[in-house]
This record gives sequence, C-alpha cells and structure tokens, in this order.
Amino acid sequence: MTGRIRWRMPRAPLSLRQRLLLQLLGIAAMLAVFLYFTVRTVAGQAAETTQDGILGAATTAIAEQLRAGTEQVEIDLPYDAFSVLGSISEDRVFYRIDVGGETVTGYDDLPLPPEASGKVGPQFYTRPFRDTEVRIAAVTRQVVVAGQALPVLVLVAQTRLGQDAIAERIANRAAGLGLGFFTLALLLSLIAAGSVLAPIDRLAEAVARRGPEDLRAVDASTPRELVPLVGALNGFIARLRAALGRTETFITEAAHHIRTPLATVRAQAEIALRQSDNEATRQTLRGVIRAVEESARSATQLLDHAIVVYRSDRMTSDALDFGALVAGVVASIEPAASLKDVDLRLSPAPQPLPVTGDRALLESAVRNILDNAVKYSPEDSVVRLSLAAEDNRAVLRVEDRGRGLSGLDPASLSGRFRRGGNVADVVGSGLGLTIVTEVAAAHDGRFSLTEREGGGVCAEFSVPLQ
Amino acid sequence: MRRILCALAVILSPLCAAAFPVEEEHVFPGTGAGSELWILSTTDTEYFAPLLTAFQARHPSVTIRYTVTGSASVYTAVADEGVACDLAISSAMDLQMKLANDGFALPHASAAQLPDWAQWQDRIFGFAQEPVVLVASRKALEGLALPRTRRDLIDLLRDHPGRFEGRIGTYDPLQSGAGYLFATQEARQSDSFWRLAEVMGANRPRLYASTKPMLDDLETGTLALAYNVLGSYAATRAAHDPDVALIEFEDFTLTLLRTALIPKDARNPELAGMFIDFLLSPEGRRLSGQQGGLPPVNEAALVQTPRLRPIRLDPGLLVYLDRVKRRAFLEEWAAAVKQP
Repeated sequence: MTGRIRWRMPRAPLSLRQRLLLQLLGIAAMLAVFLYFTVRTVAGQAAETTQDGILGAATTAIAEQLRAGTEQVEIDLPYDAFSVLGSISEDRVFYRIDVGGETVTGYDDLPLPPEASGKVGPQFYTRPFRDTEVRIAAVTRQVVVAGQALPVLVLVAQTRLGQDAIAERIANRAAGLGLGFFTLALLLSLIAAGSVLAPIDRLAEAVARRGPEDLRAVDASTPRELVPLVGALNGFIARLRAALGRTETFITEAAHHIRTPLATVRAQAEIALRQSDNEATRQTLRGVIRAVEESARSATQLLDHAIVVYRSDRMTSDALDFGALVAGVVASIEPAASLKDVDLRLSPAPQPLPVTGDRALLESAVRNILDNAVKYSPEDSVVRLSLAAEDNRAVLRVEDRGRGLSGLDPASLSGRFRRGGNVADVVGSGLGLTIVTEVAAAHDGRFSLTEREGGGVCAEFSVPLQ
Repeated sequence: MRRILCALAVILSPLCAAAFPVEEEHVFPGTGAGSELWILSTTDTEYFAPLLTAFQARHPSVTIRYTVTGSASVYTAVADEGVACDLAISSAMDLQMKLANDGFALPHASAAQLPDWAQWQDRIFGFAQEPVVLVASRKALEGLALPRTRRDLIDLLRDHPGRFEGRIGTYDPLQSGAGYLFATQEARQSDSFWRLAEVMGANRPRLYASTKPMLDDLETGTLALAYNVLGSYAATRAAHDPDVALIEFEDFTLTLLRTALIPKDARNPELAGMFIDFLLSPEGRRLSGQQGGLPPVNEAALVQTPRLRPIRLDPGLLVYLDRVKRRAFLEEWAAAVKQP
C-alpha cells in the first residue's frame, strides 16, 4: 500500500553527485568482476601448467628408467618420481605401463591417449577414471629387445583436487582483491565526485552570498563547462536589473503623476471655498476637498505598498534612531490630525533606540499606523504614542479612542484590501495594516492590535534593537 | 527392520571375517542396543585396550569389536573381500596408502592438526610413530659390543661366522606387509641394506610373519638378534626383561606411522570418525603414549633426534607395491637372503 503511494510520488531527479558516483561505481564493479575472473583464469592456468610440469617430469623419469633386458623390457619405477607428485598436493596417483600394446603393470583400465603423438615430451589429457577425474600424462618410448623395437607407453595420472583447492584459494584471494579494488574505487569516486562538483558548489555559494541589491554580473572563474550557465545567469541578472529599474521609475513617476494633480485640485477647491459665500457651494467644496484628501491618501498607500513589496526584497540596512524616525513621522502627520482636532501626544523614550532597517519602509509603517489611528479617532480626541526599549526591542505603542475592532480578529485585518466591518463611512484602501505587517516581517519585527478598555485600539509595533 | 538387519549383520559378520586369518578377536560389549564399532587392526589388543576402554567410557552404548590380523590381510580384507569393518588400522603404511589412493577410504574431516607427512588427504591419519629397531639378546652377545650402526652389525656378523647361524630373526617380506615396507624403505635409504641382507643370508636367518613370535624366540634364546622389529613391542619386552637390548641404529632408524582409515564399506563411518578424533585428541595421545606404549606422532622428537627418519605418507609408497617392482625386489631379496 505504502509502496504504491510512494510509486506515485514524483521522483526527485538524481543529484549530479549521485549520478557521478553511480557511474564510477558501476565501472569499478565491472572492473572488479573482470579482475576477479582474469586472476582466477590466469592463476588456474598457471596452477595447471605447474602440475602438468611435475606430472610430465614424473612420467618422463619413469620412461627414462626403461631398459632393454635380454628377453623383455625392464621396468624400474623410480621412488622419487611418485614421491614428487605428492609435493604440491595430496592427490591420488595412477599409472599404467604398456609394452607392445599389452599392460605390463599398473592400472590396466587407465584411459589411453586419444592418438599417438609424435612428440618426445609428454602428452596431457583429462579423462574420467573410476570414481573421479584425472589428468593423464603419456610418454611413448621405443625399446629394442632381442633386435626388435617395442613401443612402450607410460601413463601417469593424477587427480586434480589439489589444483582445484589452489584455484579456489586463488579465487578467494581474487575475490578479496576485487572487493578491495572496489572499496578503493568507492573512496576515490567520493573524492573525485567532490572535486568535480566543487566549482558548482563554489559558484552557488558565490551567488548566494550576494547582498540583496548586488546585481553585478557573476565574474567568478569557472570551468569551461559552466561558462554557458554563468553566461545565462548574467544575462538574467542584467534583465532583472533593467526590470527593477523600470519598476522603480514607474512607482516614482506614478506617485508624482497622481499626487501632484490631486494637490492642485485640493488647492483650487480650497481657494474656491474661501471665495464662495454660498453655503451650499461651500458644503459641496468641503466634500470635494475631503474626497480628494482620501484619494491622495489611498494613492499614497497604494504606492507605499508597492514600494514596500519592491523594497523588502532589496532592503537597505541603515543604522537608525527609531525615536527620531517616529518623531519625524508624527511631525508630518500632525497637520492632517489637527484638521480633525486630534491631539497626537508623543512620550519619547528616555534613551535613543538604535535599530537597523530600511528608513523608507519603517517610515511607511509608522505613518500607516498613525494614519489609521487618526482616521478612526473621533474628532477632538487624543492619540497617545509611547516609545520604549523592552526585551531588546524598540517598541512603539499607539493608543486611540476610535471604534475599536468590534471583536474582529486582528490577524484578519492584515490581509490585503481587507477592512473591518464597521468602517463603511470612512474612506480607506484596506492596505494600511498590510503594509505595516509586511514591514514588520521584513525587519524581524512584530505588529499587533489589541482592543483597549473603554474603547479604542492599542497598536504595538516593535523591531529588534541593534 | 533395521534392528533385524543389524542382528543379521552381527551374526553374519564372523562368517565374513573368516576369510582372513584372525590372530585375536576381542569384543567390548556396550550397554543396551548401541551401534557396533568394528576395528580391523594389526596392533596387538594389549596395546590398544586402554584406548578402547577409554573411548567406550565416553560412549558407553557402543560395542567395540577389535580384530587383530596381519597387515597384508587388512589390505585384502578391505580392497578385495569388501569386509565391512569400520576402521582399518595398520602399520603397513604403503598398503594403507594404496587403499586410499585406489578409492577404498572414506574422507573424514578431523579437527586435529597433523604434520603433512603423517596424514594423507583427509583419509589416512597417523596416530602413533615408532622406530624400527634391532633387538639383541645381551646374553647371546656376551663379550661383544652392541652394534650401533648397520656397518657395526655387518662387521659383527662377518667377524664371527657361525656364531649367529640360525640365530637371526627378521620379517619375511613375502608374508608380512610391514616387513616388506621396512625392507623396501631401507633399500631405498641406504646401499648397506643389500650387503647386510647378504651377510644375514649367510647365517641362515629365521623369517617371521609378525613381531610377537620373533620376540618370543629371542627371549627363549633361540634368537640372538631380531632385525627390524617394531619399537613399541620391543620396548615392552625390554622393560620386563633386562636381557633384551633395544638398538636404534645411528646411521638411520626408520620411523613408522601406525595409521587409521575408514574403509568405504564401513557400516558406521561417523562412529569411526569419532574414534579417529579421539585417537588424535590430547587425551587419546596421552593414553596411547603412556598406557598403550604407542608413542603419539611427535614432530619435535624427530627434529631433536636426527637418526630417526620418518616414512612419509606420500604416493612414493605406491612404487614398491607395483607388481613388477615387487617381483624384482623380492627376487633380489631372496637371492641375497636365501643362499643355498
């Protein structure tokens, strides 16, 4: 059952190291097997040659002892000829001596050579004999007895148990040798795979080590095989750089192109408001101004979000004082707050709050928190801001007396274009909290919203101190 | 059924045994209906009894039948008569070698470490080594120095013609397999053998088929010298009779192995294998040497005593069993010893 599930799972392709190792080991295994059979064959042949040599020498020694007697061939088996046959192994020995085609002594059922050889030296052949198989050496001599040449055939046979034992012993050694060879090949393959793949690892490391804004071409020296890959990578980096440049330009220009006309519309509307005495017209103009204001804010937020998304991939790391940054944002938002008679009260931290981060992103996050606080505060109310160093973090708390969360999950408000259910009468894009959350995440910071007692929300934003 | 067959075998086996001359037969009955281990041996029962009883003490259910016969009979019993004994023990190393070489011995995997000259394949196991010695009666040689080499013996016989007439005993190589082995091995080792044979022949030696009667005749004074006697038997006599002198020649002294093999027709080859393992075990070696008077195989003793020359278990032993070679040797021997 599990097997079937596993079978259906997409198989990850083998790594280069695995491929390389498998192929090298495959070759090594083949060579080891080849080595085993070669050693075995050669050694087996060598053992047979040695044993044949001894067998032949024993046979020849017997033949050399043949003498012409007065009436018959005199045969005197030399003791050492047989004794030496036992020198290498404990093999059984058989012999047969035929004179003129008749067996004179020995084992008369020992198989004769297939054909008479014209050679002086011994002739070797292997035959089954009784309950075993023997290697036989045959030597023929002519002996003159009573003026008549008689052919004498001397056969000496030996079992090959000793040779088989030698062959087996050598085969075992050969197997050990093959195994050793394979083990050595395994180690060398590991080293070879490591050294072959090292340039790839180095390249990957060189690319990974780069800073977020480092979009220079890769110029590390690489083996020839990797040059096309590096070329393609550099081409890709160049295109990415161009695309990012275009995006940045687009965002800046879009912000400019949207905010400038809105500012003009607002200025014109305010002039018209001042000049008009008609209460109805003034009411309309106030509505226009308010709408323009909200549109400008929405546009700013959209651009802020775009910048946050764009920049969080390639953040700069500036050393900042978080307190000063918050104070700057408070100063910039104060005019808008005073329009609603909302009092922003900042209690600065007793000490500087050094943090590391992207100034534009952090400003954007703080601005959005304050913006929200002002937006949802009733007129003529107070928003309290407090800065503190807690737990090695710079913490900003913003407390308003707005309409609160009405029991909504704070996390759900952070979604893009997500708004609370109780804000239908307030203009907003739903991006504010998204920006704050994303900035916090990019800085290893935290952001939370909690309901205050007596109404309103406490927003807490913190980033790690340097 | 099996039990009936066993019983039949026990009844029939003495009939088969009758095909060869039995010198002694002893049965050591085991408890209950255990299997029977039949040992056909050339070694006298008194030398082997301690080993047999010790083995039986370990395996009380085993009945041991110990049959003593001549070494040539052991060979023909196994090779030609197909006698189903479980173990063939003989001092005729050449005949044992021929049995194994011609496929009449079963292999037995023994854990014992024997020198390669005392073992052939896993079929022949040497368990006792003993010198082949000259035994002399001190009384008969009174006033003469005991010979220390073959040359001394030749000189002794030449210098005192008539004194040893009819008083030299030796094996008849025609009848005794061991005697034939000693003679051929000595002839192979040294030229002085033939001179000695001629000198002995001039004194009309008595020829024996086995050691025991030869030593008996020495003790009774019939013989003055017994040539080529198995050392273990001679040592037993020498221990009891101060008149018996045991002489290991210094030029060389043949050293024989008593060997055991399991015939291919054995009924209880596993039991025979167990007995071989027991013979070669430290306990078996101790019993064999101290109580049996059969010194165990001891390579160190051979190295320390240069005059001892072991007869090796190798195919060379087959040479003198060749019928042409044997006939030629016996003819030459008879010509030397049996002078008209």
